[in-house]
Amino acid sequence: MSRDCGAKHRTEDGRRVGSLGAVVAPDGGAGGNMIRVKTWLDSWPVYRQLTGSDPFGRGKAARSKATEATVSRTATADRVLKSVCPFCAVGCAQNVYVKDEKIVQIEGDPDSPINRGRLCPKGSASKQLVTSPTRVTTVKYRRPYGTEWEDLDLDTAMEMIADRVLEARRKGWQEEDGGKRVNRTMGIASLGGATLDNEENYLMKKLYSALGAIQIENQARI
Amino acid sequence: MPGLGASFGRGGATNFLEDLSNSDCIVIEGSNMAECHPVGFQWVSEAKARGAKIVHIDPRFTRTSAIADLHVPLRMGTDIAFLGGLIKYVLDNDLYFKDYVVAYTNASALVNEEFADTEDLDGLFSGFDAENRMYDDSSWQYDPEEPNHSGAEQPAEAAEQERTDDHPDVKKTDRAQAAGSGGPTIPAKPRRDETLQHPRSVFQILKRHYARYTPEMVSEVCGIEPEVFLQVAKWVTDNSNRDRTTAWVYSVGWTQHSVGAQYIRTCSILQTLLGNIGRPGGGIMALRGHASIQGSTDIPTLYNLLPGYLPMPHAMQHATLDEYVADAAGKAGFWGNKRAYMTSLLKAWWGDAATAENDFAFDYLPKINGDHSSYRTIADMIEGKVSGYFLVGENPSVGHPNGRMNRFGLANLDWMVVRDLQMIESATFWKEGPEHETGELAPETIGTEVFFMPAATHVEKEGTFTQTQRVLQWRHKAVEPPNDARSDLWFYYHLGRMLRERLADSTDPRDRPLLDLTWDYPVHGETQDPDAEAVLREINGVGPDGRALNSYMQMKDDGSTSGGCWIYTGVYADEVNQAARRVPAKQMGLAGSEWGWAWPLNRRMLYNRASADPAGKPWSERKKYVWWDEDAGEWTGSDVPDFEKNKRPDYVPPDGAKAQDALAGTDPFVMQGDGKAWLFAPAGVVDGPLPTHYEPVESVVENALYPIQANPTVERIPGPWNRENPSRSEVFPFQVTTYRLTEHHTAGGMSRTLPYLSELQPEFFVEVSPELARLRGLSNGEYATLVSARTAIEAKVLVTERMRPIRLRGGQVVHQIGMPYHWSYAGISTGDSANDLLGIALDPNTHIQEDKVSTADIIPGRRPRGPAMLDLVEDYRRRAGVQSGRVGVNGRDPVEADAGEGSNL
Repeated sequence: MSRDCGAKHRTEDGRRVGSLGAVVAPDGGAGGNMIRVKTWLDSWPVYRQLTGSDPFGRGKAARSKATEATVSRTATADRVLKSVCPFCAVGCAQNVYVKDEKIVQIEGDPDSPINRGRLCPKGSASKQLVTSPTRVTTVKYRRPYGTEWEDLDLDTAMEMIADRVLEARRKGWQEEDGGKRVNRTMGIASLGGATLDNEENYLMKKLYSALGAIQIENQARI
Repeated sequence: MPGLGASFGRGGATNFLEDLSNSDCIVIEGSNMAECHPVGFQWVSEAKARGAKIVHIDPRFTRTSAIADLHVPLRMGTDIAFLGGLIKYVLDNDLYFKDYVVAYTNASALVNEEFADTEDLDGLFSGFDAENRMYDDSSWQYDPEEPNHSGAEQPAEAAEQERTDDHPDVKKTDRAQAAGSGGPTIPAKPRRDETLQHPRSVFQILKRHYARYTPEMVSEVCGIEPEVFLQVAKWVTDNSNRDRTTAWVYSVGWTQHSVGAQYIRTCSILQTLLGNIGRPGGGIMALRGHASIQGSTDIPTLYNLLPGYLPMPHAMQHATLDEYVADAAGKAGFWGNKRAYMTSLLKAWWGDAATAENDFAFDYLPKINGDHSSYRTIADMIEGKVSGYFLVGENPSVGHPNGRMNRFGLANLDWMVVRDLQMIESATFWKEGPEHETGELAPETIGTEVFFMPAATHVEKEGTFTQTQRVLQWRHKAVEPPNDARSDLWFYYHLGRMLRERLADSTDPRDRPLLDLTWDYPVHGETQDPDAEAVLREINGVGPDGRALNSYMQMKDDGSTSGGCWIYTGVYADEVNQAARRVPAKQMGLAGSEWGWAWPLNRRMLYNRASADPAGKPWSERKKYVWWDEDAGEWTGSDVPDFEKNKRPDYVPPDGAKAQDALAGTDPFVMQGDGKAWLFAPAGVVDGPLPTHYEPVESVVENALYPIQANPTVERIPGPWNRENPSRSEVFPFQVTTYRLTEHHTAGGMSRTLPYLSELQPEFFVEVSPELARLRGLSNGEYATLVSARTAIEAKVLVTERMRPIRLRGGQVVHQIGMPYHWSYAGISTGDSANDLLGIALDPNTHIQEDKVSTADIIPGRRPRGPAMLDLVEDYRRRAGVQSGRVGVNGRDPVEADAGEGSNL
């Protein structure tokens, strides 16, 4: 809904709203003249200020019908999920609001003993991690000595990666080093960020170890 | 981590953020908490509102300083001198917490007669091996009790290990880090002198070691007035006693130094002497920089560790499971159960294929035998030794120091997989970047095949992060990731599944570890996403009855239990995902015990038995936390006791007791072999049992304390792509530090790509003082170029009094420059990359780089474009006496090795 008070728009139940926020009577007939005058007066903030309980115009008197009709995205969300901010390590709890299977808002969770509902500029911007205009959501492939990205479907990319892992593992295999058994490969290295989940780090370390890959590192070293 | 691990037994923050509100004094040092952990900083504000003194010790004046009662602008790289001065002040004025120190620390332990201090050997400890530039720590050991008394029998394997412990290949592998949860192993408990008067007692050694760290010496080294030092000393000691506590807060401003672990050790010594560990409002708050840095070391993707700080098997020491656990067998403390933890891990990974007959498949694990850490691997890549590389949410081209070296590494791979949300620089190095401008890299010369695999965001997958105070919090999945985007859990699960399918018919023994791996996780939905809760349950572990374990104390070494990470056991207690608990703060005490789950065993404050006196009574009513309830026969209080619940305070271990049974009722540091906090580290820290001041590797100042300028054991990775600026060089006359801004995150992939954040902090800048601006002709808002032996970068100049020149006693003026490191050429907000300016020199304990202090020159104007840039940097190298840094195709061998004037390289 537009925030421009001058624009004509509709209330939630579909009635048209005039430029000052007065609801236009649906019949538009002559019988409604008195009502219309009263409504018109009521729509005038100064009138409400002088006649109502808000002489300074800081509360109810200043609220237009458009304001009344404005509803926050958190109120209209289909569901709220509990999450945690992915930036620094304070671990601020977040409430994630979803409508029509889209993230519509992310806010601090007031129940958290750690952040008590607060988020910093990064945490407050975290919805844009999902909606960023430059986010890349399809596989891209650069062939050796290639000059441009190419598209590749996900299944093909996974098959190609699996081929390369086995080949690199074979190429870099060491049964012994310095006369001692090492049963490992020096052909594969990995570097993870520290926004990986514990479960992800666990599967990575487990799989790499089973493959014999040891050059497995993380931002935690940095 | 080794700093805290070697001091207290676990490499985690000792307290929790909310507990800072209980502090009477908070010292923030090596951290700009208000800007880098702004939401956590509310607890500092809370303490201040209750009357606590806040001190900020940092070369830069920041918003943390603005809130503090006192800002101490010490010269960068001199924190050990400052903290060492505080230790001396505490000892000289008898301000240490005597009852605490005698009962809970190793102050009374006697050290080997062979030990010699840096004060005796001009800056070196005994045991220095000049050829390999490392220490043999055998002379740092305790003077042992009668072996019988400590219960430490010595299996043959352990004796053999002691012989190989000091082999250079073993030392290099970061044994220190394995003390993350389980202190370094010691042969036996020490002889003690509880009067603290014995000349070989730790207490007297400490006094002698810091004897020269006077307020005047601190002033000379750190460049601050003695009165400022004395003010800090007064506030800290006034607020450290039975009734009052002081907390210390640090972040990477401490860890990223060539003596980083020793910075944290110095603070640990001070906080231990003051009796501030294990008590409310005290402690050492390690602020980690990423959502799950703590988790990434607890369940490590690190070369030298297995989950739960179990070390990776070493080829020279660990051919069998018996050898692997020998160092812990029969030892005191919970580390004495290492065999149960390891057997449970092997059962979690290899299930039925892990049997007592085959050593529980111990031999399936690959072995390490040297430094295989990140930067070493980059150097190996340049030499063509590595075929494939996975980058999983990491952007080394920008986030690592010496981005140039990192990019040359990537250019020499066969293939790489980049998993990220955005097209980060580390994915596009083959077509863009500074080396393409200079002609050193081109797509036609780079054979690296690149797969960009789009990742899921934090709300598009489920799982746990472990935040800075060891709390695991479960995130629920809110929506499905778009298009080809998948979680890293999906990627690794399905990659593993495909690899196993391909090798299903293999008879090669090399493939057994993969084929026998337990890898049958339930999957959900259209994309066949693996079930993260099933993984968490495996991490937690399962008992013989098939039920989730509640505690690691239930783990057995006979193969009847499994568990992927023993310190996380309990996160799935009672078959409930405890990390998903969200009891509102208002319904809990400050410890927040029902919000998520903290390791170990939901203990929110570590070593909290020390919050009570040796008899088990609170030290004071004001600071009561955990105490002994005689009637109930158990420890109780406002947190889970970090102690055996029913162990009496007057318990004395019988002869021959092992593991936790060998710890007394007055031993709060339950992961340490002697149950004590270590003022002196007889093991676990490779560059000295006590911290001592060395200048940074790149410093413009001579070491005022010793003829040895920098850490003698610093780890270097020499090459034409990693030249070092000589110390005290007139060519590189200024100190530089790097830092973060509130509105950006590390290498920028998660912030320079967001419109909101890019608008808030749109461009790269450097901070200089008005004095330096005058000296070099720099103007606010105009460009300047910074030059090092690595490269040159340009940035807008911010002239500000927040940066102050330091005037040293001899009249030397040290100018310091501040650089945020978030930028590079991609994203919405772009700029040169600060990290390109830096070299790589490493803390020998952690292999973490010294990027919080380096040197450079700064000149007005933009940097040259094209090959002229190489000429500029070569000219600097020549003048500074540094070897040429010109490189061949893809950063391979140097084109010419022309040493600069006066070079001794």
